[in-house]
Amino acid sequence: MSRPDRPFTLGAVAYDAKVVTIWDGFLRFFEDRGLPFDYILYTNYESQVEAHFAGHLDVAWNSPLAWVETERVCAQRGRRAEAIAMRDSDQDLTSVILTRAGSGISTSADLRGKVVAVGAGDSPQATLIPLLHLADESGLTPHEEFEVQRHDLLVGKHGDHIGGERDAVKALLAGKADAACILDANHLGFTREGTLAAGQTEVLTQTPAFDHCNFTVLDDAPAEQVARFKELLLAMSYDDPEVRPLLDLEGLKQWREGRVSGYAQLEQAVDRFGYLDAWLARMAR
Amino acid sequence: MTEEARQPASLDLGELRFDEGGHLLVKRALREVNPGERLLVTGSSTELALHLTAWCREQGHGFERGVGRGVAGVLVRGSAELGRWRGAERSGGRAEVVDEPPAHWGLAARGASVEAGAPAFEFRLSRKDELWADSLEQLYRQAAAAQWDPDAVLPWDLEFELPEEVEDAVVQVMTYLIENENAALTVPARFLGQVHPHFKEVVQLLAIQVADEARHVEVFTRRALLKRDQLGLSTVGGQASLKTLLDEPDFALAMFLLSVMGEGSFLSLLWFLRDHAPDALTREVARMTAQDEARHVAFGLAHLERHAALDPTLQPRLRAAIERRSDSLQHTSGLNEEVFDALVLLAAGSWEPEALRAGHAKVRQLKADMDRDRQKRLARLGFTADDAAALSALHTRNFM
Repeated sequence: MSRPDRPFTLGAVAYDAKVVTIWDGFLRFFEDRGLPFDYILYTNYESQVEAHFAGHLDVAWNSPLAWVETERVCAQRGRRAEAIAMRDSDQDLTSVILTRAGSGISTSADLRGKVVAVGAGDSPQATLIPLLHLADESGLTPHEEFEVQRHDLLVGKHGDHIGGERDAVKALLAGKADAACILDANHLGFTREGTLAAGQTEVLTQTPAFDHCNFTVLDDAPAEQVARFKELLLAMSYDDPEVRPLLDLEGLKQWREGRVSGYAQLEQAVDRFGYLDAWLARMAR
Repeated sequence: MTEEARQPASLDLGELRFDEGGHLLVKRALREVNPGERLLVTGSSTELALHLTAWCREQGHGFERGVGRGVAGVLVRGSAELGRWRGAERSGGRAEVVDEPPAHWGLAARGASVEAGAPAFEFRLSRKDELWADSLEQLYRQAAAAQWDPDAVLPWDLEFELPEEVEDAVVQVMTYLIENENAALTVPARFLGQVHPHFKEVVQLLAIQVADEARHVEVFTRRALLKRDQLGLSTVGGQASLKTLLDEPDFALAMFLLSVMGEGSFLSLLWFLRDHAPDALTREVARMTAQDEARHVAFGLAHLERHAALDPTLQPRLRAAIERRSDSLQHTSGLNEEVFDALVLLAAGSWEPEALRAGHAKVRQLKADMDRDRQKRLARLGFTADDAAALSALHTRNFM
C-alpha cells in the first residue's frame, strides 16, 4: 500500500528518549538531501509490525524478532519482505552464558535443576537465542529441566533496553540464579561500568554468531524512495563530521547491505519454544 | 613479498585482562599498523577473545577469532578512528589568540585539537578587538595573587566607640557602598557568560572581578552591622543611576561606564574613606577594597584603550553613552543627601563647627579629585582636554 503522496515514512520503537534525537537527526539528513522523510514511534515492536502491514509505514527499523515476525506474517499472507540495510554493529553478535567463578558448573549439562537468569522474555540476545543454544548443547529442556528466571524490563521492546540483562547479571552475582545470559558487548559494558568485576564470573558457553536489527521493507514499498533511502544510508561516512554524531548515537561506524543469513538461530528458537504462535494466530484472524 | 612481511604485527597481553587495562595496549599496538592491516593478539585471559569481539565491533575494527592455546585472534584495523580526527583543527595556541574564534571551538581549551562537527555555541562576545588588552596575563596574575580573606586581613576585634551619629553616618555610607558594589558585581557577571572561552584571560579577570565584588559586599555589610541591627537608606535616585549601568547592553560601553567612569570615581571615594574614616577598621576596609577596585579600573582602561586605537567609531560611541546616561538621569536628584551629609560628618568626626567646616571642605576636595581623575582617564582613551572636562562634568552625581 505505497503512498507516494506522503514523505517516506519510517517506524521505530521508542526504547529510550534518545530515539527522538536519533530520528530527528536522520529526518534533517534525508530532507537536506531531497528525500522527504518522516517517522512514527511505537511503544512496542508488535504494534510496529502490525502498522507496517496496515500500510502506515514505508520502512521499519526492526529488531531481529520483529524481522522474524514480519517474515511469518508475510508467509501467512503471501507477501514478501526484504532487509535492505543494517549497521556494521548488527552483524556477527554472540551471547554468553555466565556462571559465578568457582560454582562447579563446568558444562551446560550441569545446569540441570538450576536457575538460569535471562533478559526480557522477547529478547533475542538475552533469552531466545541463548536458551536455544543451552537446550541444543545440554540436551536439557528449558522450564522443565532447568528453571528460567525472566528479567522482564520493557517487554515489547525485544531487549533493546539493556536493563533486563543487567538485572540478570545482578541476580547471578547475588546467588539468586546459577547462570545468566547476556550479549557479548554487554559483558564488556558491565565490566566497564562496574556491574561485573574481573574474575567474578566465568563464561560457561557462547552462542554462534547471529545478526541484530535491520531496515525492513515490504513488497509494496515505493521502490524509488526505498532506493534513494538506501543509497543515502550506505553513503554515510564516519569521516563526515555532519553525520558522525548520528552514527555515534545509533552505535555504528558504517551501514551495510542487509542480509538475512544471521537470523537462523532466532527462527529455530521461535519454532522450538512456540514463542510467536499466539501472536501469529491473532494476526491470521 | 617476504615471509616476514606477511606476518601480522603481534601483541601479547600475557595475564593482563582486556577489561583491566589491556585495551590500552591493544589501542597502542593498533596505532602502529595502517587501516586494513592485521594485529595478532595473544594472552591467557579466558575472556580476551570475547571482549575483543565486542570491542572491535563497537570500534569498527575487523576481528577473526583465533584457534590454539593463548591466541585470542587477529584484529584488522578499521578507519573510523582516523576518520574522526580528519578535519580537526587547533583552536589557536597558548600564546596565539585569534581575532574571531569560530563558534564551534566552543568550550575547548585554547590550543586543543577540536574535532570537526562540534556544535556551535552562542558566545555573543567573540571578537578580540572588543575584549582584549595587552596586559591581561599580568593583570590576572596580580588579581589572583591579591585575593584576600576578610576574616584574616581585617581587624574585626578592634575595640572602638564612635559618637552615635558618626556611627550612623558610617552605616549609611556602607549601605550606599553595598548598593554600588551590587551593580559592580552584576554588570561583569552578565557579560562573563557571553565571552568566548578562547579569551580565557578576559573570562578569568571578569570572574575575579565578580568574586572581588562579592567579597566587598560582605565586608561592607559586616562593618555596617558591627554595632547596629539595621542598614541605612537606599534612594530612588541612587538606584536609578545604577540601573542605567545594568541597562547598557553593549560590553564596551557598559564596562566604560562602570569601570572607567563609575569605579574610577568610586576608587577616589574609597581612598577618601581610607584617609578620613573615623575608625581604623573602616579605614582598613576601604584600603583593602580600593586595591581591588584599582585593578578593575586598570583592566577597563587597558582593553578600552586598545579597542579605541583599533576602532575609530568607539570614541564617539563612548561620548554618546555618557551623554545618553546624563540625559536619562537629569531628572533624578543625584547623590542622596543622606550619603553626602554622612560623608561630611564622617570626615568631620564630630559636630564641632570647625570640624564640620573641615569635613565639608574634604568632601568638596573629594569631588574635585574624582573629576580630575575622570578627566585623566578620558584623556587616555583619546579625548581632548576640553572634551574630557565636558564629559566628566556630565558624570552622574551619584559617583558610580
